[in-house]
Amino acid sequence: MVLTNEFITQKLTEKFGEAITNIEEPYGLLTFEVPKEMNLKVMQFLHDDPDLQFRFLTDLCGVHYPDQTGRELGVVYHLHNMPENVRVRLKVFTNIQQPDVFTATKLYESANWQERETYDFYGINFVGHPNLKRILNVDEMDYFPLRKEYPLEDQTRIDKDDEMFGRGGSI
Amino acid sequence: MSELIQQEQHHVKLPEGSIGKQTTTLNLGPTHPATHGVFQNILEVDGERIVSAEQTVGYIHRAFEKIAERRPLYQITPLTDRLNYCSAPINNMGWHLTCEKLLGVKTPKRVDYLRVIIMELSRISDHLICNSIVGVDTGAFTGFLYVMQYRELIYEIYEEICGSRLTTNIGRIGGFERDFSNTAFEKIERFLKEYPVVLKEFENLFQRNRIFMERTMGTGGISAERALNYGFTGPNLRAAGVDYDVRVTAPYSSYEDFEFEIPVGTTGDNYDRWLVRNQEMWQSLRIIEQAYRKIQEFKGEEATVYHADVPEYYLPKKEDVYTKMEALIWHFKIIMGEIDMPKGEVYHAVEGGNGELGFYLISDGGRAPFRLHFRRPCFIYYQAYSELTKGAMLSDAIITLSSLNLIAGEMDA
Repeated sequence: MVLTNEFITQKLTEKFGEAITNIEEPYGLLTFEVPKEMNLKVMQFLHDDPDLQFRFLTDLCGVHYPDQTGRELGVVYHLHNMPENVRVRLKVFTNIQQPDVFTATKLYESANWQERETYDFYGINFVGHPNLKRILNVDEMDYFPLRKEYPLEDQTRIDKDDEMFGRGGSI
Repeated sequence: MSELIQQEQHHVKLPEGSIGKQTTTLNLGPTHPATHGVFQNILEVDGERIVSAEQTVGYIHRAFEKIAERRPLYQITPLTDRLNYCSAPINNMGWHLTCEKLLGVKTPKRVDYLRVIIMELSRISDHLICNSIVGVDTGAFTGFLYVMQYRELIYEIYEEICGSRLTTNIGRIGGFERDFSNTAFEKIERFLKEYPVVLKEFENLFQRNRIFMERTMGTGGISAERALNYGFTGPNLRAAGVDYDVRVTAPYSSYEDFEFEIPVGTTGDNYDRWLVRNQEMWQSLRIIEQAYRKIQEFKGEEATVYHADVPEYYLPKKEDVYTKMEALIWHFKIIMGEIDMPKGEVYHAVEGGNGELGFYLISDGGRAPFRLHFRRPCFIYYQAYSELTKGAMLSDAIITLSSLNLIAGEMDA
């Protein structure tokens, strides 16, 4: 049996129905979104189902979309089924006021530091994480630097027109 | 006994529980010669045996992901150099391949083969450092110094192609900045001729060396299941017996045209990791030889191709820039990064020196990535260090540290 994107989508919608949204295939990689309270259930299903067996967490990272009100912060999981060599990308979104997402450390040991990194840069609070503290930045830091409201360059500089470098001065 | 000390030293303020404690807290790092990089391990040791270890990383964090959000594609390449600086060309090419995937660029076969040569050379230099450093930590300094001259030769080949040695910034989107010179080919040829002899000698020095075997066998081992759960990739995962290699499972840059084997170990201990890296160097040599032969076979027009046709991202020829208006405009547009990328979301992985080096790029159609995340293999598998060293001797933990090939630059991004 070949594990195609259609088959995975069908399996997921059979099990979770309407909860699986925004199904896309950018550059062939199946991408979908699940509600944030269901991320563990879906990952557990992807992990355990005898046909799916996504047992390897390749990557976990955060994203910040300041324009999406109510779902500003995202967590992106890249899962891999090594024997069949298929990847999927799973996303959850949360609001920025109370960014709680369940931790995947129970399923994947490798999620530990990656979640700490995501917390460090985006402030996403992984509920149930055994040791959620900053990892790359100093402990005393009181903001989350990769959020878009922190501009990279000093905005008071007037010798540089930021419009010429990418997208405007405010981001 | 402890009560006595307590009475005597009641005026000294010590952390709670530190007097009755039966173990010693030991800081290994952040700057310790044996850690080969800037990271700290807080060890609880009972005599020479490690009870627990806690790692601290981030000493050389340089905010690459944040910087990348304001840089056009070419200005991100030098950032990737500084991830795993032992094999910078792989990072550069991984990044360029990611861009090519986003832009939909197809590279000619000759470019792919040239890239393969460079990537395999850097894999050799990466493994060479790691394996000889394991040697140094077990007490054999000679091997390390001896193989350095071949790393030097590899660096000379880089120099011939891109002008720099360690942080190479090699290649362009679509290919290389210039064709390989004759000297570069001569040096590759020299490498292919001389290196196998040296590698054989190096192998003889260690592989069946009694002292080396006793020091490395059975230390720092991990089962395949735990390794997968910890997100191990690359030689460290293969040493545990899982034949996962990105070059085979998701071939990029025409790796499917080459014949090579993926060496695997069984126990995942320091000795197996050493053996896997050693075998991979032989396989890399095989690949370079094949690629070199394939390049010789190109005839006529094809034999001079060294980049794909991507006018929007590949710098025009210098003489055109000086004489033609159009080329001059493109030159500036590319240098200043004024070209909008297509919208999209790409994950691309290459087999780096340490494992799956992934680039997750989200583009919102701007000139710089909206979000760029590096999957750094080192960072992910270093988590397992405390499990690997639990109950081990302190001197074994040092070997485990170097045989995992931890590169602080890659770990801290």
